[in-house]
Amino acid sequence: MVLRELTALELGAAIKKGEVSVKEAAQAALDSLSAQDKALNAFITVTGEQALDRAEKLQDGAKDAQSPLYGVPMAIKDNICTRGVKTSCASKILGDFAPPYDATVAGKLANAGAVSLGKLNMDEFAMGSTSETSFYGPVKNPWALDRVPGGSSGGAAAAVAAGIGWYAIGSDTGGSIRQPASYCGVTGMKPTYGTVSRYGLIAYASSLDQIGPLGRDAADCAAILDVLQGRDPKDGTSLDGQYGTLLNGLTGDVRGLKIGLPVDCYGDGLDEEVKAAVLAVADVLKARGAEVVELPFPVMEYVVPAYYIIAAAEASSNLSRFDGVKYGWRAQEYEGLHDLYCKTRTQGFGSEVKQRILLGTFALSSGYYDAYYRKALQVKAVIKDAFDKAFQQCGLLLTPVAPTTAPKLGESLCDPLQMYLSDVYTVPVNLAGLPGLSMPCGFDSKGLPIGAQLIGPHFGEGTLLNAAHGFQSDTGYHKRRPGENVRRDAHRASLQKGGEPA
Amino acid sequence: MTWETVIGLETHVELSTRTKIFCSCTTQFGGGPNTHCCPVCTGMPGTLPVLNKKVLEFAVKAGLALNCEITRYSKFDRKNYFYPDLPKAYQISQLYLPIARNGAVPIHTAAGEKTIRIHELHMEEDAGKLVHDPWIDQTRADYNRCGVPLIEIVTEPDFRTAGEVIAYLEKLKETLMYLGVSDCKMQEGSLRCDVNLSVRPMGTGELGTRTEMKNLNSFKAIARAISYEAKRQIELIEEGKRVVQETRRWDENKDATYAMRSKENAQDYRYFPEPDLPPIELSEQYLEDLRAAQPELAEAKRARYQADYGLPEYDSQMITSDSMLARFFEDLVALGTPPKQGANWIMGEVLGALSARAIEPRAMKLTAPTLARLISLVGEGRLNRNTAVKVFEAIFDTDADVDTYVKEHSLEQVNDDGLVRAVCAKVLEANLQSVADYKGGREKAFGFLVGQVMRELKGKANPQSVNAILKELLTQ
Repeated sequence: MVLRELTALELGAAIKKGEVSVKEAAQAALDSLSAQDKALNAFITVTGEQALDRAEKLQDGAKDAQSPLYGVPMAIKDNICTRGVKTSCASKILGDFAPPYDATVAGKLANAGAVSLGKLNMDEFAMGSTSETSFYGPVKNPWALDRVPGGSSGGAAAAVAAGIGWYAIGSDTGGSIRQPASYCGVTGMKPTYGTVSRYGLIAYASSLDQIGPLGRDAADCAAILDVLQGRDPKDGTSLDGQYGTLLNGLTGDVRGLKIGLPVDCYGDGLDEEVKAAVLAVADVLKARGAEVVELPFPVMEYVVPAYYIIAAAEASSNLSRFDGVKYGWRAQEYEGLHDLYCKTRTQGFGSEVKQRILLGTFALSSGYYDAYYRKALQVKAVIKDAFDKAFQQCGLLLTPVAPTTAPKLGESLCDPLQMYLSDVYTVPVNLAGLPGLSMPCGFDSKGLPIGAQLIGPHFGEGTLLNAAHGFQSDTGYHKRRPGENVRRDAHRASLQKGGEPA
Repeated sequence: MTWETVIGLETHVELSTRTKIFCSCTTQFGGGPNTHCCPVCTGMPGTLPVLNKKVLEFAVKAGLALNCEITRYSKFDRKNYFYPDLPKAYQISQLYLPIARNGAVPIHTAAGEKTIRIHELHMEEDAGKLVHDPWIDQTRADYNRCGVPLIEIVTEPDFRTAGEVIAYLEKLKETLMYLGVSDCKMQEGSLRCDVNLSVRPMGTGELGTRTEMKNLNSFKAIARAISYEAKRQIELIEEGKRVVQETRRWDENKDATYAMRSKENAQDYRYFPEPDLPPIELSEQYLEDLRAAQPELAEAKRARYQADYGLPEYDSQMITSDSMLARFFEDLVALGTPPKQGANWIMGEVLGALSARAIEPRAMKLTAPTLARLISLVGEGRLNRNTAVKVFEAIFDTDADVDTYVKEHSLEQVNDDGLVRAVCAKVLEANLQSVADYKGGREKAFGFLVGQVMRELKGKANPQSVNAILKELLTQ
């Protein structure tokens, strides 16, 4: 059995049957990590010894495990608090901060028998679409080491794609799970706002942030979400609901499901190869009995500005607590309180974070609040309405995740406006608090993965996962691993060297 | 020219909930530095606030008692500023949709009745405290107070005199204490008051430039600061200078206010809706239940005591000055104590004993059943009043059983008229001079003779029978 070819659920089943020990699985993941992570830089902190210790302790319970993910190695994005383990948000300013508490999701995963390999690299404070703004250096895309993995959960997507651990926990504020999942060819999901506790997630934009899974396929994501979701008394914005039934609900049956294609999502700026691959998803689902309808969605030009104002405004307030007074990093030399604040924050934050703090501070300032922040909230309400209207006509929406496949390292940060605009398909989902799923649906001519996004109404996780499961039952894109691609590239390169005839 | 002083108040009141507004830490005053805090109230990364329902309930109760409109859909907002006593660098407060608005508080002063309008009442969290240690020249932060629930009550600029301000604050304090939502201890900072003051020529409608005074730690300080600041502003204007809009600090020792910061370069707090807390939606049922559960307030009690129990206004005022005393009084009456007698005991012995011990009524050990029993023993003629007072003093601190104490100390009144007559005769025989004095018209001599009889009977005689028998023997 080649462990790295298994899904998380398949590995969980093998552990339960005793075909693989928890420790063997953890060791395999750690071997894969040490072989690849120098190149990928997907991890900020590796807790290898703790993982092996825990694996050994978990072994006894494997036979009677309730959770289908019991004993499966995974990793957690570095903005999710883990008790006693450094949690840095990929920022210098948090220093070696090790929280004295677990995020609610970290506790739930531990109860479900997860074995954590460590903490995953990301854009600093989850601000970015490329995972290049990390204080700990950029993450590389396992499909092409000169390309970005997407962001901000780039470490999470890269690790799952490279087979370092079987799944990862990320966070999504404007596409931070879905877009890297798309760039790295894995399945990722941002759940309905309020269905996964944010307690212990270091906030970027509180009204938009949501924790979610990145896995190898829709079934893995369903199983992980069954663990993550639930109302949490420690999170006032968490919601009551019927949780824990997603995995059992997967049939792949989409007969009678109406799939909406918002025409405004297929216009200018969308790469032709991406467009074709995403539209092909509609054909596969149609063949399984779904119905496809085109519908207008005339709000796309407003979503990015509204998102960046709301997110930056909340961030400017959320990140104020990092002042060098209580924990984390503090400037070495300063004179008085004001200087302590200025130097710590000037030197402790990276430039993308500072840019967004300034933008948000400006948007909330007296005299500008009405023109920017209040207006952005109004746009948010309009976007919600547009989704409500769309879901009167269909059960889910199919759109691209990003206009292109993964760009080269360094390309995006040169043109931040372009980078912000590339979030256009993912941010409206956060503004409306809806569930969104990203799944591999093809490869472009460069061999890079293309992702399709499914968007559902509130609490529509089951519909999205079921449609994705159906699609994945008929296609094999989600099974492709970067290794094959890289081997093919290497093979091609060696052939060319050998003087292939023109 | 005559000047008119115009004053508005912002009063912060700490609510006496058991736990903090957004976490389950204790709200107890004091404690070692940073022992009453947790990751939530110290704003550690990733933590989230969850509203304590009791805080909402207390705020609504206060709003109802101050005759406010309760906001059915209310929200929290963030007030952003950097200071080391504020660990999140924002205070969770209410700006746009406060929990209560448009209230009215009637006050009485020597000048008559007046209504002070309440602009709004909102909920917020308290900040920590910075303690400067001059010994090591360092400032230390104590976050125990972080997240203690506050309500801020903002009035309209309706006050014209310090007397009105004090009358309002006394009324406010009394109301909140009756509601049981705050202990209103100024010295512990659970009631803090900022005074906004401006002056204008009498008869004009426009408001002058105001200053805000802080650090007012007692009613006395408030009254003195008002008179100082009004005078300062009037002098400035009369000298042709202008009043600067600023925050001023009252210095208790110097009896003066000093500029702290000017409002002209004031901070921009960048308020925006708190995304971590859902809006608060109150049902009609919720409000109805709270309205029904509102306790009777001092004003109503005073009226009832006068109407139902025939107490004088003065007595009603004294007894309702503290909600615990009022409850004590009502318990006495419920146990059958005649109201006026109960009132006399409270105003005399109880208040005397409390003030001698410098304790608050709430800390009193003595219970109503014990005092009721004591009073009834006097009524039944089994104890004379002087002995009863001695018993009261003896059991006040322990709430010991009255009957047992009286028995153990053989204090029961001597009602044996034969014995009293014999003792009186003996006393008269032994004090012939006093008898002669009395018969010669010196009334004082009678008192002396009564005293002698009482002494012989160890104070246990019924004074009425001693008087009667002595008089009878003296006229023979």
